[in-house]
Amino acid sequence: MAQNMTADAAHAHDEHHESPVVFGFWLYLMTDCIIFGTLFAVFAVLRDQFAGGPTGHEVFELSGVGIETAILLFSSITYGFGMIAAHENKVSTMRTWLGVTFLLGLGFLFMEIREFSHMIAEGNGPDRSAFLSAFFTLVGTHGLHVTCGLLWMAVLLFQTAGKTELNERMIGKLTCLSLFWHFLDIVWICVFTFVYLMGVL
Amino acid sequence: MADHISSSGEGHGSVGSYLTGFVLAVILTVAAFGLVMSHAMSPSATGGAIALLAVVQIVVHLIYFLHMNGSSEQRWNVMAFTFTVLSVLVLVAGTMFIMHDTSINMMSR
Repeated sequence: MAQNMTADAAHAHDEHHESPVVFGFWLYLMTDCIIFGTLFAVFAVLRDQFAGGPTGHEVFELSGVGIETAILLFSSITYGFGMIAAHENKVSTMRTWLGVTFLLGLGFLFMEIREFSHMIAEGNGPDRSAFLSAFFTLVGTHGLHVTCGLLWMAVLLFQTAGKTELNERMIGKLTCLSLFWHFLDIVWICVFTFVYLMGVL
Repeated sequence: MADHISSSGEGHGSVGSYLTGFVLAVILTVAAFGLVMSHAMSPSATGGAIALLAVVQIVVHLIYFLHMNGSSEQRWNVMAFTFTVLSVLVLVAGTMFIMHDTSINMMSR
């Protein structure tokens, strides 16, 4: 009897935490994986098609990529600290960490836009060669995702402004964005490895 | 207690687990950049090594940042993820294989 009750309690607890929203969002992320998989396949096929244009050696600057990588990695852990604060219902701490994450994301986006505009200004835009088309599509799609993540983060910061505690719904929203943000960092691992580092080998 | 249970469920890590993941990720990233920038190995060996480092780093991120594990609460998440990885592998490897063969047979290079 007692065992049954604890089992029931544990079950109720699990259901409480197994939010269908979070699982649904996980499935969305899996479809996003397919999008990036397709774009990586395109890049893999076109990576040698320079059409007389510049190669990876000439257009990639590894120091900038290293800084971008560091920024994203830091933003992953600051968001993680924000989630820990959220689960402890420390709203202002959570908002501080989210703010730091937002600024880091903004810094990443700034560096990426600067890199893109620099390349386009030198005549190495997406219309230069198949290699550069594939490059801009793949890295640009990742940048677009980061932009969406930042907009979402700004909305959540706005929605939690002045709150003293977080309800289940808000925790669910924060968890979904956390999955999204960490997922983007995983995509970036593939970008800096297979696009930038292998591009300068 | 409640915190302990939920940390194994849908998952939120501790400060320690985030820091562990962060340190591992930094080591793996620095190793990949270092290998390429130092030209310590031949290009093909370097390529293989950094691809391996990337796979390890993805696993580190999945475990420490996305909190994937073998618990029953995570079963469907892990199943969906496994299916996706399989699809992406077929997609990427299949595309590369077919396009490589096409380009060889059409003698475009």
